[in-house]
Amino acid sequence: MFKGIYNWIDERLDITPMWRDVADHEVPEHVNPAHHFSAFVYCFGGLTFFITVIQILSGMFLTMYYVPDIINAYASVDYLQHKVAFGGIVRAMHHWGASLVIVMMFLHTLRVFFTGSYKAPREMNWVVGMLIFFIMLGLGLTGYLLPWDNKAYFATKVTLQIAESVPYLGPYIKELLNGGEIVGAQTLTRFFAIHVFFLPGALLALLAAHFFMIRKQGISGPL
Amino acid sequence: MAHGHNSKEKVVFVGDSRVKKNSMVNIPPDFTSFPGKSEAFIPYFLLKEWMVGVVVLVGFLVLTIAHPAPLGYPADPMNAAFIPMPDWYFLFMYQLLKYPYVSGDYVVLGVMGIPGLAFGALLLAPFLDTGKERRFYRRPIASSLMLLSLISCVYLTKVSWDHYQHQLEESGTKPEHIVREEKAREAYEKGQPAPSAVKRAKPVAIVAEDDPAYGLIKQNCMACHATDLNGGSGIPALRGIGDQFSLEELHDVVTNGNGNMPAFKDKLSTAEIDQIATWLSKQKKAAE
Repeated sequence: MFKGIYNWIDERLDITPMWRDVADHEVPEHVNPAHHFSAFVYCFGGLTFFITVIQILSGMFLTMYYVPDIINAYASVDYLQHKVAFGGIVRAMHHWGASLVIVMMFLHTLRVFFTGSYKAPREMNWVVGMLIFFIMLGLGLTGYLLPWDNKAYFATKVTLQIAESVPYLGPYIKELLNGGEIVGAQTLTRFFAIHVFFLPGALLALLAAHFFMIRKQGISGPL
Repeated sequence: MAHGHNSKEKVVFVGDSRVKKNSMVNIPPDFTSFPGKSEAFIPYFLLKEWMVGVVVLVGFLVLTIAHPAPLGYPADPMNAAFIPMPDWYFLFMYQLLKYPYVSGDYVVLGVMGIPGLAFGALLLAPFLDTGKERRFYRRPIASSLMLLSLISCVYLTKVSWDHYQHQLEESGTKPEHIVREEKAREAYEKGQPAPSAVKRAKPVAIVAEDDPAYGLIKQNCMACHATDLNGGSGIPALRGIGDQFSLEELHDVVTNGNGNMPAFKDKLSTAEIDQIATWLSKQKKAAE
């Protein structure tokens, strides 16, 4: 039956070349952990993506309960962590996953750096990868405020003070993020919007570019 | 059919459509670009990568079960004693800004100079390190700069964390999420429900709803003070009004009016106003 459905779609959209390209491309021996145990270092990129998928899924479930306003934000986090079935697990996955994705991305970056894989012709992919790194840091920064506990509040206050000390642009950056004079209701909704819509949108676009370039250029050869 | 499978046409379409037939159809790429045991991505290689993924996933889930995500107490902007702390992966930058030559008058160096140089160099690494050599031990400058940055980041993070621990010890405070966890555990051991950090103002209830005076309130007051007696813009709530005014004051306001409040001395008898004022003076917030 699946073959029938596949053929039906293929007749209309000619998806076979695309599927063959995704599925059949060559994966060389030197990156295969089944052949060389040390090749697990080549898995860090895939694991970063895996954790990113976990972050997106757990985040989607968190927004089912989370309320981004200063009166209810803390209470909704408290409720989903302590009252909702498996809410504690989902929040712990999102919380620890945020750290793990940084760790994995860091290891992936080091692997690419020390194997010299960023050299010609893969310069653009390295730059896109670094942009993904910055987006991830931005996601970590904005997500930190959302539980609206003291730790979140005062860390964000300090962050915005640091942003303000950037010459010329600083006060504008601060006002843009703050949405006013103080860290308050506007700040929370802005950080929520940035964390849930702006940065994930940019992240998905950059990931698509990252993967497209890997497919186009293939993996770098053995050292 | 406008676009049949006629090979004489320059562009071949799939079915009756604008989707171009790909001429590379079903030709698997040859596996000769690398020596050794190459294999196809799906399913063979992906399966092996998934094995590594499963090991990571199990470790990750064990972590999430063993260590719940921390949650402190609700944000209180008036809390002056709280020691602010960013997430661990920002600590190296946080610590950097505490040194004298990158803060105060030189803060531009701290927020733009050093991070800009470090992240700028990282972003543009392929254009700075342009040699053909890939092995790290044959690229001493790039490798040593990276190692040096790594060591500095680890060092700054550790100094920052130690300083935080020292601050906690000096001020005799525990991080709030730990205090919360301890209180929850204590309550659990005593068989009590977990204490909630969420404080809500309970809505003030209406007192003595079966009093005949409530009928007078319905007729005369609810038009302005709302049917739930919660008031509106510029109009005070009647719930809990007894906490704010004495019986005499209420009597006076109902009789003679006050600002927007009309006088009722012509509409109601003194006995009725007495009844209303007495009822209003009973509207006190229940003791908790």
